[in-house]
This record gives sequence, structure tokens and C-alpha cells, in this order.
Amino acid sequence: MSEEGSSTPKVRIYVMGKEYKVPIGLTIMKAMEYIGYRFIRGCGCRGGFCGACATVYRIKGDYKLKMDLACQKVVEDGMYLVQIPFAPAEKKVYDIKKLKPSGNVLLEYYPELAKCVSCNTCTKACPQDLEVMDFVQAAIKGDIKEVAELSFDCIQCGLCAIRCPMGIVPYYPALLARRLYGRYIAPRSKHLRERIKEIEEGKFDAEMERYTRMTVEELKKEYLRTREEIEQ
Amino acid sequence: MTLLLSSRTLRISEMDRRFYEKVRDLSGEEIDLCYQCGICSGSCPMASEMDILPSTLIRLVQLGQTEVLESETIWLCSSCFTCSVRCPRGIDIAKVAEALRQMKLRKDVDYVHLNKIPKDERERLPQIALVSNFRKFTA
Amino acid sequence: MRFPYYPGCTLKTTAKNFEISAIASARALGIELVELPRWNCCGAVYSLVSDNLMSYLAPIRNLIRVQEMNEKGILENEYRLVTLCDMCYNTLKRANLLVKEDPEKLEKINTFMDREEDYKGNVEVLHFLEVLRDVGFKKVEEKVKNPLKGLKIAPYYGCMILRPRGIGIDDPEDPKILKELLEALGAEVVDNPYKVRCCGSYQTVNRKYVVAELAHDILSHAVREGAEAIALSCPLCSFNLDDRQKEVKELHPNFREIPVFYFTQLMAIAFGLEEKSYGLNLNYVDPRPLLKNKKIIKDSTPYWR
Repeated sequence: MSEEGSSTPKVRIYVMGKEYKVPIGLTIMKAMEYIGYRFIRGCGCRGGFCGACATVYRIKGDYKLKMDLACQKVVEDGMYLVQIPFAPAEKKVYDIKKLKPSGNVLLEYYPELAKCVSCNTCTKACPQDLEVMDFVQAAIKGDIKEVAELSFDCIQCGLCAIRCPMGIVPYYPALLARRLYGRYIAPRSKHLRERIKEIEEGKFDAEMERYTRMTVEELKKEYLRTREEIEQ
Repeated sequence: MTLLLSSRTLRISEMDRRFYEKVRDLSGEEIDLCYQCGICSGSCPMASEMDILPSTLIRLVQLGQTEVLESETIWLCSSCFTCSVRCPRGIDIAKVAEALRQMKLRKDVDYVHLNKIPKDERERLPQIALVSNFRKFTA
Repeated sequence: MRFPYYPGCTLKTTAKNFEISAIASARALGIELVELPRWNCCGAVYSLVSDNLMSYLAPIRNLIRVQEMNEKGILENEYRLVTLCDMCYNTLKRANLLVKEDPEKLEKINTFMDREEDYKGNVEVLHFLEVLRDVGFKKVEEKVKNPLKGLKIAPYYGCMILRPRGIGIDDPEDPKILKELLEALGAEVVDNPYKVRCCGSYQTVNRKYVVAELAHDILSHAVREGAEAIALSCPLCSFNLDDRQKEVKELHPNFREIPVFYFTQLMAIAFGLEEKSYGLNLNYVDPRPLLKNKKIIKDSTPYWR
């Protein structure tokens, strides 16, 4: 609850048009909870990773529409806020095992990609500072690797999708590209394959058996052994 | 109102002045200059598929007939500019067709439906075909 | 000579044969085509209603890249952008002209693209055929080691490099540029009365049989004049005249397939460059039998689909 006459400096924010005064330094999410709102939707990891708390806002006196994550963005004076707990979007159904990583596969499942006018609105909307227009363009060019690399940190918050004037949802083709990349294009790790072979051949069976039979005390002693002791 | 093309008789209704001005302004073309020589219709590669010939289309726009917006003609144009290059009065007929298409598309209704493109076509079609088609036929 | 080069999306996938053969044959002539960094799809068509500036963002953004290439020193004062694809040529050139003639529109576009530097209006858009014409077809002829003797080719221009006037690189009613090029390569050029007729362009997406009829008209008229192959310069025309021969055969069962080349493929073959630069495996109708028949390529040239 806010304390009247408190010495903490405050800023004004407007939630759905109503003015509130909240202490500085709070994130949008914390500020709304300070006011008394309880998030039952549009709230997740609170760590900038799940993409649930997409927020659209304007600053008083500035016409520009801005976007960010509520759990990350610190409140500013004169913020007019609204939460977007969900962006309507359809993920196409496909069997990744049956797909080929050819040039046109992204356009085949998401033909609306061809509507991109390179306006860059998606990039401006992204709270993770990703180059969204660049990976949408890479998808049109059929460069699956580039899409996978540029979209890697995408958290699918939905802000680019609700802003795109052409109705493109950038993150679904990006997801398909990353899946195709991981399955078909990314170089395979040689030492991982070798290790799996060793495991299947039973190279570590005896050692595993030994550990499973130890008591908790024995495991603790084993854990503290140094490298030299083990090698003896 | 019916458009009887084969008998070369057009039954027209009252002129919609606002429609005529909108087409003229959006296309930027002096539609009144057309004197119906028919060279555009003779040059158009898609003419045999059209319900209204290009020269008739211009005539109907001159007369402010909004029914042209319901024709198949405006969607058959492939923007080849053969008509525009040959028009003796310098009218860019392709621009007029584009203006008419935009008047329909700007109501946020697509002419081509993306999900109706068959899967085997979506596999085959090069990007250039999809991109150009969607620019012309979707909102 | 080093030129900034705009490929366009299709030249990276289904029309890769156009790009491979163009870069190789350009190199043989001492021309290096330097690809624009971070280019985006140009939109393929020029919007004919210029009240809405959205569709001009894509082409203008590419022109800014040319400026950036010069500023970063990748190029030395070279603002002539070369394209291979006819539709990209037309779109980029017309958008460029629009903003050069209308400073207010240019300012609006520059203001909107606030994360880019301003476009200053100093880029010129060229089609690769224009570059070849400037170099001179005599120079092209000098590089020919394997003349296309006995090969009867009908050039096909389509629309976008000819129309409207002022944008076109040649006369829209009776162009000659491909004829001059093909003759320099040693081929026998057959005049095709339908050489400037539209292939149907983007109608191929939702009216493929109308496009197939147009293709049938264009191809059968060329064959009637004695053509054994077609030479063109646009990936969309190539799709409509080459790939769509499948639909042409559905409508006209007696139709005999005719190979369709990009003019740069014929250049690469005539210059005697290595086989992998011909890119023949991406042509829908297999051109090998014809080329082998004319002893223009060896029997070992691979073809795979």
C-alpha cells in the first residue's frame, strides 16, 4: 500500500487511464502490484525470459507508441500503460521429421512472409533488441541459418506480431527455422556422439554401479576427493 | 444494372461523381482524355479473359459507374504497361486499374486468400511470384 | 569494374542458376558484382498509387545500402546499382525516380526510416544488360571461346525491362539488345513476334492456366519461327515460360518442350567457363540434349533435379 507523505520520490503512471503515484525504481510489473493489481495473466518468470508480460505504453507529451516487458522496464514519469497478455497468432502444424530444409519451406508454411514491406516496425517493437526485420527478410530469402541465428533470443512476447501492418507473426516462422536448423543444418558434435557410443558400450556401467551402491557419507567423501586422489 | 459487352450496349445508371473523382485522384490520370480508340484493349494480353475490356473500363469510369469495382477485369491485369505505352493520349491505364483494385483492397478485404493456395503450388512458386501477387492482391 | 549488385530473393533460391552464371560471366569480362550487405526484398512490383508510401520503403532501403557501401569504403564512388532480375530493376528504378522527383515524399520516407541514414538520391539503377551494352558487345564477342554455333535462339524480353518508356532499357515495341548479345555469342537469333508480350507475371499464383495459355502463345510462336530455345532475363518470366510448361502440356498435349535459358547461362557456356557456372540443373526443361546435339557442351556435363 502506498504511504501518504512518504519521502520516497514518486512518479505518476496511468493504468488504463487512471493516475497513480508509485515510487521510482520499480519495474512496471512491481509498480502495478504496488498499486494493488494482482497479475493472474500476463506474468511469468519475472526475469525477461518467458515473454508473458508484454506492455504497450506512451509517455505523456510524446506521441510515440513504445513497447517493452513489464518485468524488465522501470517506470518513467507520465507512462500510460496497457498490458497485452496474449497475441493472437496461429502456429502451423507440421511434422519436423517430414520436412526438408530447402529454400522455400518457410514460405510454404507461412506464405504471409511474402507480404513484408521492410518497414522495420517489428524491430522497433522488440523488447529484446533483436533484428526482427532482418530475420523475416532472411526467411523470405530462404536462408534458414540466418533466421535461426538472428532469432535465437526471441521470447515470443507477441509485440512484433500485434504491430506488423501486414499481419505477419515473425516468431512462428523463426521457430520453424530454428527447429530445422537444429535438426538438419547445425553441425553435429563429434565428441557427443563418441560419448554416447561409449555409454552404450557400457564403458561407464561399472563406475555407475559403484556410485549407486554408496551411502550418503561415502558419496560426500567421494565428492571432495581432488583430481590427484582420483587419478591414483 | 447489366453490362452487355457483346452487344456493345451499356446500360448505365446515374453518375457517381465522388467515385469518378476518387479514381482520377488516386490514379493521378486524366481519364477524360480517353477517346475510346481501343488500342489498349487490342494490346492487352489478358483481354480474352476479361469481362470488361480495358477501353470499356475507362469509359465506365468516365461515366462514374461504380459497378466496375465488381468486375473481374481489374484482377486480371498483370501490370504489363503495354496499354500505357501505346495509349495515344498518354493515359496510364495500368494505374487506373491499380487505383480500382486499391479501392477494393483498402476496405481490408484480400482478393487472394493465402490459405487457399494449394500446398504443391506453395512448394513450387518462387518468392518473386508470391511477393508480387500479394502486393497487388492483398490488403 | 566493381558494381554494387542487388540480387533479389529468387536469385538466391530457385533462380540461383541466373546468379551463378551472371557472376561468372561478369568476372570473365572484368566486372565484379559486389552484393549489397543486409539487402531486403524490394517488393517485386512498383506501387502505382503513390499516396501510400509504405511500398517504397523496401526499395529505398536498398538504395541506402549502396550509400553505406561507399561510405564504408567497400566501393569507391560507385553509385550505380546493378540488378539481374527484371522486376527488381523496374521496382528499384521507379521508386528511385519517384523520390528524386518528389522531395517531399523523400523527406517523409527518410523521416519514417529513422534508424537508417537519409537517402540522398544519388544512386542510379542499372540492369546488367545495360552494363554489357556499355562495355560493348564487341568486347563480349572477344571473350567467346565456344560460340553457340547453330543454336537458334528466340530472345524474350517480357515487360519490366522495356516499359514504361523512360524506364525501359530499349525500345518497347522492337528491342534489339538481346539480339545483339546473342549474336555476339555466336548464336542464330530468331525473331519472336511475341517477344514483348507479357508472360502473365504474378497471375501465376491464382490463375496458372491463364498463364499457361500465354506461355503457350509465346513459346509456340517462337518455335514456329524456327527457335530451338528461349533466352530471357527475369526469374518470374522463367518460371512462367519454363516451369509452367508442365501446365502447358496439360492444356496442349501435343506441345513439345523447349528449353529456356537465362542470357547469362548462354554467356557462361559461350565463354567456355567451368560447367558448374552454367547452373543447368535448375532449368525445368532439360537443356542438355539440345546443347549436346549442337556439340556446344560435352557429354559429361551433369544434370540433376
